[in-house]
Amino acid sequence: MSGKPATDILNRRRFLGAAGLAGTGAALGVASAFAGAGGKPDPLITEVQDWNRYLGDGVQSRPYGTPSKFEKDVVRRDVPWLTASPESSVNFTPLHRLDGIITPSGLCFERHHGGIAEIDPADHRLMINGLVDKPLVFTMEDIRRMPRVNKVYFLECAANSGMEWRGAQLNGCQFTHGMIHNVMYTGVPLKVLLDEAGLKPNAKWLMLEGADAAGMNRSLPIEKALNDVLIAFAMNGEALRPEQGYPLRAVIPGWEGNLWVKWLRRIEAGDQPWQTREETSKYTDLLADGRSRKHTFVMDAKSVVTNPSPQAPLKYKGRNVLTGVAWSGRGTVKRVDVTLDGGRNWQSARIDGPVLDKSLVRFYVDLDWNGQEMMIQSRAMDSTGYVQPTKEELRKVRGVNSIYHNNGIQTWLVRADGETENVEIG
Amino acid sequence: MSRLAKLLFAVVLGGSLATTLLLEASAQQVAARSSGKLGLGRPALPEEIKAWDTDVRPDGKGLPVGKGTAKEGDVLFQERCASCHGEFGQGVGRYPAIAGGIGTLKADRPDKTVGSFWPDASTVFDYIKRSMPFGNAQSLTDDEAYSLTAYILNMNDVIKDENFELNEKNFASVKMPNAAAFYGDDRETAEKHFWKKDPCMKDCRTAPKVIGRAVSVDVTPDSKAGPKVD
Ligand code: HEC
Repeated sequence: MSGKPATDILNRRRFLGAAGLAGTGAALGVASAFAGAGGKPDPLITEVQDWNRYLGDGVQSRPYGTPSKFEKDVVRRDVPWLTASPESSVNFTPLHRLDGIITPSGLCFERHHGGIAEIDPADHRLMINGLVDKPLVFTMEDIRRMPRVNKVYFLECAANSGMEWRGAQLNGCQFTHGMIHNVMYTGVPLKVLLDEAGLKPNAKWLMLEGADAAGMNRSLPIEKALNDVLIAFAMNGEALRPEQGYPLRAVIPGWEGNLWVKWLRRIEAGDQPWQTREETSKYTDLLADGRSRKHTFVMDAKSVVTNPSPQAPLKYKGRNVLTGVAWSGRGTVKRVDVTLDGGRNWQSARIDGPVLDKSLVRFYVDLDWNGQEMMIQSRAMDSTGYVQPTKEELRKVRGVNSIYHNNGIQTWLVRADGETENVEIG
Repeated sequence: MSRLAKLLFAVVLGGSLATTLLLEASAQQVAARSSGKLGLGRPALPEEIKAWDTDVRPDGKGLPVGKGTAKEGDVLFQERCASCHGEFGQGVGRYPAIAGGIGTLKADRPDKTVGSFWPDASTVFDYIKRSMPFGNAQSLTDDEAYSLTAYILNMNDVIKDENFELNEKNFASVKMPNAAAFYGDDRETAEKHFWKKDPCMKDCRTAPKVIGRAVSVDVTPDSKAGPKVD
């Protein structure tokens, strides 16, 4: 900052301030530049800026690169009152600040039941026992010598949108839909490991168990295990993050996040499910008649508009980009429709970027907005012909107490001033 | 096909189908190719399996030899569990209630506990042995786990006699009140109508009205009240 004229600093502050004002009800802009628009030259252009004159940090000043300091509000956030303790809790991916289909590793939402286990990979062991010919123990070094594959998959917590069953509750897509992330995993097909141990013919279920302080355990049907399940040690090209199960986690494509056991230390083969706490007390769907569905593993097709949304209101009339994400645990997303008038009329959105099996897809509607009130919704359709239902349609079948698997259509109300809020429409 | 046509064809398939097929093949192929033995890993020793394989199933498989009564469990529970779960399992603050709630599953606000909801008694043993007390997991002896399970079941009227000795032989005969209320995933039939050929695109409904607003509920971070996530 040394040697800078005061007007410059003022101008810059005004610029940053205005940019940071995002939807505090300030007057809507039409044009996109703040200065320069009124015929006065923009000092950001006419005056030499610090970063244009003085040398920046050299290489190795940031040995592990982190986002720009101007992005420091792009973080996971939690809702403290949701849970009894932060060690058994959840935080949420800031979907409204992301684009494309890959979630940066440090922004992937977290859900732990006994805190983050910190395990030196040299101390980690994976055991396979139960109905196998030869119970085995693997080290991480063993696993890294096995044939591996790379796959992009979404992971959605079954409780994503779980607070919204009774109506609009949380004002932000980070909170209503942020228990999802989508990364590229590198790992070994589980079948490779099971073949090493040799499954006995009566092995019908597996139990996956974590090495954390919750000793997380879940039962997994053998057909799924042999089909596409991976034992992953890397995400987005580098080692798993500790909060995502470092050094080893299960990847169960398209199925609810709780099954993706982190800090995976043991796989037991058996002839029936274990009925663990996480598949009975939790992750079962209580319906209106008092009965409950269990083993509801697959995540149905779902989508959400991430921009605009309550944390990302519209700032300008005229040109805008409406965008969002869609996914299905049953296959690929075939189409995403968007409505601006609360479901009276729909148009198909433009899907851009890779369309992969059981992965997020990114969609856009390039929008001219004249300041009219909008009720924005999106609806996903998948390769099996499943169409994302309205919340009302879901409630008709399931009531309001099932907590899990709420894939109903989300409504954002955009007001004339661009402010956007989570509403329920009827 | 001309080169151009081939190119166009590839573009049409582009990114989606073509890549998907390519990627799809890989996990299966890799598994198939390695289905001989890799010679990696070493045999798990009986002591190692015994140390980790503590899981218990509804049919009693996995139960260790041991015993305990609700009366003994009461003492342990007050010492090691009640600070979070309450003297009678009613739950303290946001810590879960583990007793009560019988008959509330159809109510507006169901109270799901071990007694009102859980289908299997074995889950109590398996879960507390692996993860309770919270913050000092895997510290319970087998007899302590039997006693505490008996006490939790006693608080829930599943085991009526506080002197009843729960052990590995009689455990599987304990039946839970809500066991019959669980059934497998039937979404593909019960929700068949969510598979639709041509969802409506034009004039699909009457003018919508706002009937609920998140800002009126006012539970977005920093507020104290609100729903619970399990
Ligand atoms: C420090 C607080 C604390 C103590 C002490 C504690 N628990 Fe827990 N207990 C918890 C929390 C938190 C959970 C929920 C964990 C989760 O969901 O991941 C829980 C869950 C449970 C559940 C399952 C509840 C449900 O509805 O799924 C049972 C049963 C249980 N505890 C039994 C015990 C027993 C028995 C003890 C004593 C040996 C004990 N707890 C000690 C905090 C505690």
